[in-house]
Amino acid sequence: MSASQGDWTLAPAAPPRAASAGALEDPAWVRLGLIAGALGFLGLFLVLPLATVFSEALSKGVGVYLAAIADPMALAAMRLTLLVAAISVPANAAFGVAAAWAIAKFEFRGKALLVTAIDLPFAVSPVVSGLIFVLLFGAQGLLGPFLREHDLKIIFAVPGIVLATMFITFPFVARELIPLMQEQGTEEEEAAASLGASGWQTFRRVTLPNISLGLLYGIVLLNARAMGEFGAVSVVSGHIRGVTNTLPLHVEILYNEYQGAAAFAVASLLAMLALVTLVLKRILEWRMGRSASAA
Amino acid sequence: MPIETRRRSVLPGFGTTLGFTLAYLSLLVLIPLAGLFLKSASMTAGEFLAAVGSPRALAAYRLSFGAAFAAAAANAVFGLLVAWVLVRYRFAGRGLVDALVDLPFALPTAVAGITLTTLLAKNGLVGRVLEPLGISVAYTPLGVAVALTFIGLPFVVRTVQPVLEDLEAEIEEAAASLGAGRWLTFRRVLFPTLWPALVTGFALAFARGVGEYGSVVFISGNMPGRTEIAPLLIVTKLEQYDYAGATAIAAALLVISFALLLGINALQRFGSRRLVGAGDAA
Amino acid sequence: MTIEARGIAKSFGIFQALRGVNLEVKEGELVALLGPSGSGKTTLLRIVAGLEFPERGTVLFDGEDATQRSARDRRVGFVFQHYALFRHMSVFENVAFGLRVRPRRERPGESEIRERVSELLHLVQLGTMADRLPSQLSGGQRQRVALARALAVRPRVLLLDEPFGALDSRVRKELRRWLRSLHDELHITSVFVTHDQEEALELADRVVVMNHGAIEQVGTPEQVYHEPATRFVYEFMGDVNIFHERVDPAERSSIYVRPHLLEVHRGPAAPGDIRARVLRVHAAGPTVKVELQSERGELVQADISQERQRSLALGRDDEVHVRPTQARVFADDYSI
Repeated sequence: MSASQGDWTLAPAAPPRAASAGALEDPAWVRLGLIAGALGFLGLFLVLPLATVFSEALSKGVGVYLAAIADPMALAAMRLTLLVAAISVPANAAFGVAAAWAIAKFEFRGKALLVTAIDLPFAVSPVVSGLIFVLLFGAQGLLGPFLREHDLKIIFAVPGIVLATMFITFPFVARELIPLMQEQGTEEEEAAASLGASGWQTFRRVTLPNISLGLLYGIVLLNARAMGEFGAVSVVSGHIRGVTNTLPLHVEILYNEYQGAAAFAVASLLAMLALVTLVLKRILEWRMGRSASAA
Repeated sequence: MPIETRRRSVLPGFGTTLGFTLAYLSLLVLIPLAGLFLKSASMTAGEFLAAVGSPRALAAYRLSFGAAFAAAAANAVFGLLVAWVLVRYRFAGRGLVDALVDLPFALPTAVAGITLTTLLAKNGLVGRVLEPLGISVAYTPLGVAVALTFIGLPFVVRTVQPVLEDLEAEIEEAAASLGAGRWLTFRRVLFPTLWPALVTGFALAFARGVGEYGSVVFISGNMPGRTEIAPLLIVTKLEQYDYAGATAIAAALLVISFALLLGINALQRFGSRRLVGAGDAA
Repeated sequence: MTIEARGIAKSFGIFQALRGVNLEVKEGELVALLGPSGSGKTTLLRIVAGLEFPERGTVLFDGEDATQRSARDRRVGFVFQHYALFRHMSVFENVAFGLRVRPRRERPGESEIRERVSELLHLVQLGTMADRLPSQLSGGQRQRVALARALAVRPRVLLLDEPFGALDSRVRKELRRWLRSLHDELHITSVFVTHDQEEALELADRVVVMNHGAIEQVGTPEQVYHEPATRFVYEFMGDVNIFHERVDPAERSSIYVRPHLLEVHRGPAAPGDIRARVLRVHAAGPTVKVELQSERGELVQADISQERQRSLALGRDDEVHVRPTQARVFADDYSI
């Protein structure tokens, strides 16, 4: 599998393989030195920040921690974050499946262009991703007057946040499924057709089971990004407390108001989400590695 | 018979899926992006250049690109180290460490932002150690670079790892049998094979760093002309209702990012072709 | 069911896979489409199956035009070279698939499905494997499951695309024999594609030899082997020695002789004999293969019996005569 650009869809790391032995062994001091160096770097850049989130969150005691999480604004932010994810994930997953089906199972002109187009959000800074929707739907935007007429609010309202999030996360499932379905080829589907299955039956009984792990993997990544997106959402949300603040935005607000412990308390929820994501990612990678080698 | 732009296939659903895909893509991605360029086009060349080339904007680019470059370079070095150690050596907790490498992908950028700022501020755990040495990190360009190093960490590791894993022991054994020491083998045999992946990882980390917002905006201090990153400049202009200015800078950033995207695509194709060779193509 | 293909033409981009091909398969026949890769045989098979669609031409099943119908509606059983088993389903579910996807009205009940699947698994001698996954089976077993699956829907026609191509040679030979006996039992009209001429000659009632998108010859195995219509067929069907002669002053000809139809003599030369020198003798095998170089410098191979070699006692550098007992003459034309 080739590495592709954008965050997540680099080749999932295969389970670490056994070190080589024999004439190729590096001398022990080299090995220990390099391991120490690598672990030191990772300890400084990964473990320390991760630990800090939790230590700062609890720095004023458990009482403050729980209060921060149970705060009505925090709960509203949680609800909004879940809502955005609940819309973005299924929509982009459906898109991913459809796009992968069209690209992997058929030959047509312009396919390479389509694949590149799907990559576009990865090339766009999150802030710019938000900006484009402001330009389109904002008060001064292209459709601004039209929206005002019909009393519709997209920017500085929930729909804008959903749109910006969908834009940012839209390639994830597609980029996971396209190489997977290309690798699996079309023979099983052709066999199903020759046995009399309709298109829907073929997809449901033959294709879907084959891609289920890849689909889940893509969804896990998509969800993590959808819940954690900051830059794009920050631009379109207007930061209206209780209404258009997602969890990451709420963290920012608390931090800027010097409520450090509260900010980190809410941040710790997001950090825990990140850890769960990593675990799920690992499990799925392992399962996919297993089914690939069994084939 | 009409010339077909695609072969008629026995598999169903082509029209539906392609139609849905194109519609979704257009509505969500292409039209909004087009809006950006339309807006840019509505400015005169003078206006556009004034916005894009103002001293403040130039300072912002310098910071964003400079810090991203430094961070990507640091990640290239340390990422190679980490990938090497993870693939080649066995040690307790290796699996855990390997999984942890993806943390910067999984962690929301805002969380990373406030955490790094807290750590690197004058009274933070790390800032406290560096301050007496005269090294200020928070609210300086150095802080931006550090944050971007965190963000870009997985890119090089995950690009280089598969290449390292696919290396056949036989190549190194051949070098050893011809009398090459380990360092020489690494320098002359292994490193050239890893180079394309390394460059790709660097480019990915760089591209990501240029546009990064959430993890940097807390630590940078955001002083115009000094520690203001380009994405923040866009947000500031938006808040001042200078849509034209924001659009111009965004368009400039976008064009560079697209160029990077195409470059990365080409790099990946070039890299894999060099390694596979014409004869191996199945 | 009879199959008729008329005037089938198909291109992939600039590559012409089929150039106006006609084919007829009679009821209950087992026909082989034989040819090298690129000859168009698989494309033709897939067009008959409805997995590809021709640019020109018609396909008729029992006289009815089926050309525009997709594979789904043609009731053909197709066996793929790489089996195309549904990797996440058990052997049982794979075979039952065609029955399960029938529209509700036509769908058989669960017990009926179970009965039919067991029947088929027994037919292909995999009765005990019903719960295994394809990844747990050997290549030969997988191919038999693929066959059972194709037969489950009682197809009118059975089409096999290089069914044994991915298997090693011993398994291939076993399955070949088994397929022939299965065909004799079931009498389903069948067409299979192969590039192995031995396989075609052993299995088929009739052989269709194809090359570069066109049909070179159609005939029984005996006809195609002993009475090849063109050079290509001659060369494709087995080893051949080619001698160049001027039979007619205006025309050069090639004389084609099979190695086993070349006699080797030590004694005085007879008219038509060719002088040659022995290069190597390979005596390990059912026949003795003698490599010679003719006085004109052509490389010749003669297959003689072990007995003959004992009486001749051929060795390196021996000067001998080589005599064709049966030959075919093809005039060379320069309009290539």
